[in-house]
Amino acid sequence: MKNSLRNLNAVRRSAGLSAVLLGASALVLAGCGAPPAENEPAGTAPAGASDYLGCIVSDAGGFDDRSFNQSSYEGLMKAKEDLGIQTREAESKAETDFVPNLDSMMQAGCDLTLTVGFLLGDATKETAAANPDRHFAIVDYTDPEFTDNVKPIVYDTAQAAFLAGYLAAGTSGTGKVATYGGVQIPTVTIFMDGFADGVKYYNEQNNANVELLGWNKEAQNGTFVGNFDDQGKGKINTRNFINEGADVVMPVAGPVGLGTLDAVIEANNAGKDVKVVWVDADGYETAGKGEEFILTSVMKLMGQAVEDVIRTDLEGKFDNTPYVGTLENGGVALAPFHDQEKNVPDELKSGLETIKADIISGKIKVESEASPK
Amino acid sequence: MNRQMPGRGPARPDGHSGARSEAKAEEQRLETAVETDDGRMPPPAVPPSAQSGQLHPELGRTRPLLQRIMTGEALVAVLAIVLSLVAGGLLIALTDERVAAASSYFFARPSDTLGAAWSAASGAYAALFQGSVFNFEGDTFARMVYPLTQTLTVATPLICAGLGVALAFRAGLFNIGAQGQIIIGAMFAAWVGFAWHLPAGLHLLLVILAGVAGGALWGGLVGLLKARTGAHEVILTIMLNYVAIYLVGYLLTTPAFQRPGSTNPISPQLDATALYPRLFGDAFRLHWGFVVAVLATVFVWWLLNRSTVGFELRAVGANPEAARTAGISVTKGYVVVMLMAGALAGLAGVAQVSGTERVLTSGVAASFGFDAITVALLGRSTPWGTFAAGLLFGAFRAGGVTMQTNTGTSIDIVLVVQSLIVLFIAAPPLIRAIFRLPEPGQVRRSRAARKNSPAATGGAA
Repeated sequence: MKNSLRNLNAVRRSAGLSAVLLGASALVLAGCGAPPAENEPAGTAPAGASDYLGCIVSDAGGFDDRSFNQSSYEGLMKAKEDLGIQTREAESKAETDFVPNLDSMMQAGCDLTLTVGFLLGDATKETAAANPDRHFAIVDYTDPEFTDNVKPIVYDTAQAAFLAGYLAAGTSGTGKVATYGGVQIPTVTIFMDGFADGVKYYNEQNNANVELLGWNKEAQNGTFVGNFDDQGKGKINTRNFINEGADVVMPVAGPVGLGTLDAVIEANNAGKDVKVVWVDADGYETAGKGEEFILTSVMKLMGQAVEDVIRTDLEGKFDNTPYVGTLENGGVALAPFHDQEKNVPDELKSGLETIKADIISGKIKVESEASPK
Repeated sequence: MNRQMPGRGPARPDGHSGARSEAKAEEQRLETAVETDDGRMPPPAVPPSAQSGQLHPELGRTRPLLQRIMTGEALVAVLAIVLSLVAGGLLIALTDERVAAASSYFFARPSDTLGAAWSAASGAYAALFQGSVFNFEGDTFARMVYPLTQTLTVATPLICAGLGVALAFRAGLFNIGAQGQIIIGAMFAAWVGFAWHLPAGLHLLLVILAGVAGGALWGGLVGLLKARTGAHEVILTIMLNYVAIYLVGYLLTTPAFQRPGSTNPISPQLDATALYPRLFGDAFRLHWGFVVAVLATVFVWWLLNRSTVGFELRAVGANPEAARTAGISVTKGYVVVMLMAGALAGLAGVAQVSGTERVLTSGVAASFGFDAITVALLGRSTPWGTFAAGLLFGAFRAGGVTMQTNTGTSIDIVLVVQSLIVLFIAAPPLIRAIFRLPEPGQVRRSRAARKNSPAATGGAA
C-alpha cells in the first residue's frame, strides 16, 4: 500500500517534471532563432520620408470597426509600407479623448494628422486653426469654417449604392428588397438614399414594381438599429424583412451586418434564397462568414484616398480641396459578384455598365440630402 | 459586520482628541450595534467600510508607530501601486512587438529581450507620468505643467459624479445611475447653453442650474420610486440609464438639437457666455468647473459630517428599520439623497458641455458615470477619498493618451493596467496576503488566534 502510494507519487512527480521539461524545451526552441546583425542597413525609403510623421486619431469605434476607422488606418499603414514614413496612432475610447489625442499628436510633431468621422469635426477645426503649419485630413466630414490646412475626404456613396439598388431590384425573385441602418446619420442614409433611387430607376426602366422595405427616401425615415454593435438586433431586423418577403438585404451598420448574415444563412439553410449587399469594404473578403450569399458590396475605398493624400503631402503638394470619392475617380465602387456571378444575368451586367457611365457623364443624377456639397 | 470586535469598548481618547472623538467613537459603536440587530436585519447594500470611511478608527493611536505603519492603509496603497506597476509592466513588455521579435533569439542574445522589455515598460510608464503630471520634455513652462492641468480637467466630472455615487452609498443606496444623470444634466445644460442667448454670468449660472436640475430630476425620480413603491434602485437606475442614452440619441436626430443645415447628431456649440471660463488662460483646458468640483467636495463633507440631514442619511444607510424607529423618515431620506446624488452628477454633465466638449453628443458622458462608481468605492465613499480617487483616475486617463501616442502601447493595454492598479488598491487583503503583512487589529494576537478568528479577512473588504 505504502509502496504503491510512493510509486504513484513518483509517477506524479515525473509527470510534473516532464511537463516542466517539455515547457522549458518549447521555450528554448522558441528562443533559438538567430539574432539579426547588430547594425541593420538603412532602408531604401525615398529621401525625407523617414522624417515624415503621419498620424491618425480614430473616433470611438476604434481601428477594428470593420468600417471607416479600419479602412483609414489600413490606408495609413499602407502608406507606411509603400512610402517609408513614420506613423503614430491614437484610438479614442470616448468623445472626451478627441482633443487630448489631437494635442498629443501636435506634441509628437505630426506632419499630417488624419481624423476619422464627423464627431471629430470640431476638435479638428480648432486644432488646425491653432496649428497653421501642420496639415490635417478628415474622413467623412466637411465644414466651410475649416482653415486651409485641412483636407476633407468625403464620398458620394449614393452613386455606388444606386448601382447596388438597381442590381438588387434586378435579381430579386420576390419583388421585395430591404435595407436598414445603424444610426440615422448622413454617412449612413446616403447609402439608403442611393439604394432607394436605384430600385426606383429599375422600376421605371423595366416597368417593374419592386418594393423597398426599411427606408423611405422622401420621408427620410426607416429602420435603424440605434447603434453600430447590436448584431442580435441586426439579425432580428433581417429575419423580419425575410418574413415580409424580401430576398435582398443591405445592412448599413458596420459589424451589425454580421447579424444579417446569420439570419440569411439560417433562412437559406431552410430553403430560401436570400442575398446580402455589404457596405464599406468588399464583404466577400472581410465578412468572414456567409460570403457565398453576398451579392456585391458598396465600397468606399478610403485606404487609397488616405495614401494619396499622404503621398501628395510628402511631395509638398498639399491642398485643401475636398477629395470627393465618386464612381468616376474610383473612390466609390461596386465590388465583384464573386460566388453570385451566375445569378446576375448578362443583361443586368450590361445595364449596370451603362448606368455607371451615365452617372459619370451626369446623364443620371443621383441626389441625396446627405451627399457632400 | 465585524468592524468592531464584540466586547471592545469605545475608543480611549489619549488626551488631545477630546470630547469630539469620543462622541464620534460612540456614534460609530451605536451604528455598528444597530447594523446587525441580532442578525434579524438584512445587511445593508454597501459594506460598512464603504459607509463609514474609516475601517478601524479606534485603532492606531495606542499602537507603536512601526505597527501602525505596517498595518496602515497608506502602506497597503503604496504596495498596491508598486505591485500593479510591476504586473502592468510585465504585461506591457509581453505585448510589445520589439520584445516579441527579440525573444525569438533569446538564448543567442538575451540582453536584447531584457533590454527591449525594460525599455518598453519604463518608456510606457515615463509616458504615463509625462502625460499626467509633468512633461519633462516640454519646451516652455506652460507645456511642462500642461499635463497636470489636464489631469485636473479630466478629474472634474469624475469627482462630481463620484461624489453623487458616494453620497447615495452612504444612505445605503447602490446608485448605478450616474451615467444617465450626467447625460440628462448635460442635455438640460447644453440646451440652455445653445438655445438661449443671455448676458455673460447670468447665462453660465442658468446653465449650471439647468444641469443640476436635470441630474436631480433623474436621480430624484429613482428616490421617489424607491420610497413610494419599494422598487429596487439598481434596476431603476440601470433602466433610467438606458432611457437617458436613447432619449438623448433621439433628441439629437430632431432639428431642435441639430446644427442649422446639418443632419449629423451633434448639437450647436454652446454660446461663449455659457462656458466655464478657463482658469489659467487659453493655453490650458482647465476651467472653473474644477473649482466647482472642489466646492462640491467641501459641501458633501459638510453635509455628511456636520449637518442633521447628513446624520439622518447615514442612519438610514446603516439601518433603515432602526432609523425609522428613531423617528427618521426613511422615504424622505431616499428622495433627498437621490436628489442630491443626481444634482452632483448633473454638475459633472455641466463640466462636460460647459467645460471641455462645448457641444452635446450622444457620447457626452463618455464612461464617467460608470467610472464614478469605481471612484466612489476606491475613495471609501468619503468626500475627500472620492476627490483623491477622482484625481487618480483623471491622471490615468490623461496619461493614457500620451502612453498610447508616444510608445505605441495599445489603449486597451493602458486600460488593463489601470484596472489592475484599481483592483490591487481596492483589495487590501490581497496585498496583505501577498506581502504577508499583519491584519489591522490582529497585531498582538498569536498566529493561532488569528487562524481561528473569523474576523481575519473581514472588515477591510
